[in-house]
Amino acid sequence: MEIKSQQSSMNIDLHEGRLIEELKRSSCEMMPEPSEWLDEEIKRNIIVSTVDKLLNWGRKTSLWTETAFTACCTFEFISLSSPRFDIARFGMEVLRSSPRHADLIITAGTLTWKMAPQIKRIYDQMAEPKWVIAMGSCGISGGIFADSYSVVPGYNRILPVDVYIPGCPPRPEALMAGIERLRKKIEKKSFTKVD
Amino acid sequence: MTTTMKGKQVFDMLKGELASAIVEVQDECLVVKPAKLTEVAGFIKHTQGLEFDYLSSATGIDYPDYFEVVYLFYSLEKNHRFTLRIRCADKADPVAPSLTCLWMGADLQEREIYDLLGIKFSGHPLLKRIFMWEGFEGHPLRKDFKNGF
Ligand code: SF4
Repeated sequence: MEIKSQQSSMNIDLHEGRLIEELKRSSCEMMPEPSEWLDEEIKRNIIVSTVDKLLNWGRKTSLWTETAFTACCTFEFISLSSPRFDIARFGMEVLRSSPRHADLIITAGTLTWKMAPQIKRIYDQMAEPKWVIAMGSCGISGGIFADSYSVVPGYNRILPVDVYIPGCPPRPEALMAGIERLRKKIEKKSFTKVD
Repeated sequence: MTTTMKGKQVFDMLKGELASAIVEVQDECLVVKPAKLTEVAGFIKHTQGLEFDYLSSATGIDYPDYFEVVYLFYSLEKNHRFTLRIRCADKADPVAPSLTCLWMGADLQEREIYDLLGIKFSGHPLLKRIFMWEGFEGHPLRKDFKNGF
């Protein structure tokens, strides 16, 4: 037994010696380019990018919308989410009933003061980063109900709005243009620089 | 087919004290003194041949000199309809009798009238706002209502 363990410890020493010799030899040679020593499989699966680009790409291509719609503009949104206009192209077809999963709230519809606390609460429950699109005249300013005793004159009274889409209601194309604007806005955000 | 009873027709059926409760006989409706409303309404609900067992709607109107409450009745039995109106002359503090004792369906409608026009219904089991929130000032469907926001 004694001899065997001596032999195996000898083997370890030999192995170590070989490694050191090899490293010593290669230290005298030029270091190869990564593309030469990476194997083919890895080469095809690595992209070199910046942190900003990567995170912004992830955010803008998976804008999950909260299902909190209050009035008629909703039907244009429904139409947008159906196959004809197909927001699945933007990675937005997932409508979330839970604010914890949502990134975007599209204010499709007239907001009454009685409904306002609920919308505010939903917004507060959403995790950062989150965005707001004010859709339709009602979402922007209260629209034809701006003077009403019961209507909030614009969602921006209670939420910070990122993009405004005018119309009563805006057509799905307009909504797509608004979403495109929001994607542009998200792209500009930088994580590495202080604004 | 649904028919509408004439004001004259119904007025002729009212006798004695009830007839004196009528302020005005109109083509298809009767204007009643507010104090006598429950009696007249009870009469048209329970009298053979009238049987207005369903209060299909109640609403309020703000006129320059008075508030009016309009009750639209319907008879599921006889398939005819009729209208009663009352006028509350006191514009500062209008009060009307509640019809919840005869038609429970008057409950929400009267609360709506109270909420939006500020007419109080005496005898209502739970007279509080229904559309506007507690703490809202004024009654928004009054002509003199000013939106403060
Ligand atoms: S903007 Fe027009 S369509 Fe949209 S919620 Fe207001 S009234 Fe309805």
